[in-house]
Amino acid sequence: MSTITTYSLAARIIHWAMALLLISLLLAGLAMVQSLEPWHLTLLSLHKSFGVMALLLAIIRLALRLSQQQPDLPASVPHWQQRIAQLSHFFLYAAMFAMPLSGYLMQSAAGRPVSVFGWFTLPNITPISMELYGFLREMHALIAWGLILLVLVHIGAALHHGLIKRDGVLESMTGLNFSKEQKPKD
Amino acid sequence: MAQQSSSLALRYGIIAVAVGGLALLFYGVANGLGQGRVTAQQFVDFQEGGNPHLGFRRAHAKGFCLAGEFVANGELSAYSSATIFQPGATPFVGRISIGGGNPTAPDLASGVRSLALSIGDKANLRWQTAMNTPPVMPVRTGQAFFEQMNAFRPDPETGRPNPERVAAFLAAHPETQAAREWQASYTATESYATETYNSINAFYLVNGRQRQAVRWAAVPQAESHGRGFEGDRDDPNALQNEFMARLDVAPVVYDLVFTLATDADDENDPTVRWPADRQQIVAGQIVIHSATDQSEGLCNGINFDPLVLPPGMAATNDQILQARSSVYAESYRRRAREHFYQQGME
Repeated sequence: MSTITTYSLAARIIHWAMALLLISLLLAGLAMVQSLEPWHLTLLSLHKSFGVMALLLAIIRLALRLSQQQPDLPASVPHWQQRIAQLSHFFLYAAMFAMPLSGYLMQSAAGRPVSVFGWFTLPNITPISMELYGFLREMHALIAWGLILLVLVHIGAALHHGLIKRDGVLESMTGLNFSKEQKPKD
Repeated sequence: MAQQSSSLALRYGIIAVAVGGLALLFYGVANGLGQGRVTAQQFVDFQEGGNPHLGFRRAHAKGFCLAGEFVANGELSAYSSATIFQPGATPFVGRISIGGGNPTAPDLASGVRSLALSIGDKANLRWQTAMNTPPVMPVRTGQAFFEQMNAFRPDPETGRPNPERVAAFLAAHPETQAAREWQASYTATESYATETYNSINAFYLVNGRQRQAVRWAAVPQAESHGRGFEGDRDDPNALQNEFMARLDVAPVVYDLVFTLATDADDENDPTVRWPADRQQIVAGQIVIHSATDQSEGLCNGINFDPLVLPPGMAATNDQILQARSSVYAESYRRRAREHFYQQGME
């Protein structure tokens, strides 16, 4: 049984930073593969660089998650919803790793360098293979749409807890404990 | 009670707007929101014409693979820090192809011949160039290029481009003049080995803070006899066979000639030829040692994206150059997917 009601400050910062980062990366990815405009190349290299950042953040985040106590969902949340919450969090973490890894590997399979802000270049770690690129490229897109779906469900559920149920679940990540201090008027 | 339920509806509304809005944003961006009028997908769809040749490149589908080396003489090292331009040889994988999306088209039927090179085997030092026989582009933007493809599309009834649509396009695009003049003066030579292949787009050579806009061309060392192809004109692989027979005797060699822009030249405009008095530097020789069928050669897996440049070279803001990179990537994605599913290429 957890004794805390709010995620640690570190967990909250990394959660919101990654929320912003991942949504930006998803939108950039969807836009850049279509674009014929001169900003295409800039966006592509930013996508790669920030994608590597996202992988590093995901590693730190997983370490935090495994080393720190998490607030429990309130007992008012039915058991099946708790299971779904756990499962969706598992898939969110899986996607946080699978997204950048499939991106890195597909670039490697295409023989293309992944340069991080021009500071350094990741080594190519797969054989150069069009078949492998074909597989990884489709996986990268598939996982992206899976992640988009998960993010939408996640936001919907969080807002449902925060605005409808008002059970403190949303506040465990915002750190703004309205529900404790001011009773809802209606 | 009424107040409570209306407030509840409002709160449900906020959730619906937040989640629905974000979903719409993702959907919109995935479907062209924020893009120009033409996307890479539309371009490749057009090239496929509703009937893709699975597994093949969507443009320049017919071709064969090359292996050889670029032998630099060091003349360019003052302008570019790229190791490729230091004196010495760097191996390349290349491809000679003809324009068009049909992988079995007759070699002699195409008006455009191409030489693509991927020089160097280290990913972060590699230089790729996709050169064509025309020295200039007819238009400046991907959008105009797309309009041009549409204007010149064969009429289903006559099998020829509709002259009115062509005339309307040309009237609206006077920048096509240099390309048309070149087209009128060009006669195809008897061999891929006697053509000149042009970078078309301009790039920068970079050395420290110094930046020089350049174009380049592979200029053949073999001389053309000027009478055109004289072998079996009915052989669909006439030029490929001629090239391979040539290689059995000796390597095929081109000089890699760089032309330096002056302040009077706009490096972002691929429709204008630079004056003939611009300084030219021979950077070295492209030496082709062997050629193989593309289904067996190393070149087949390569996307010859002209924006793969080593440190010491950089892209200009030429819109056609940027568009080429996006369209090639989409073509490569489709082709790679088909290879993964083992479709086509038979």
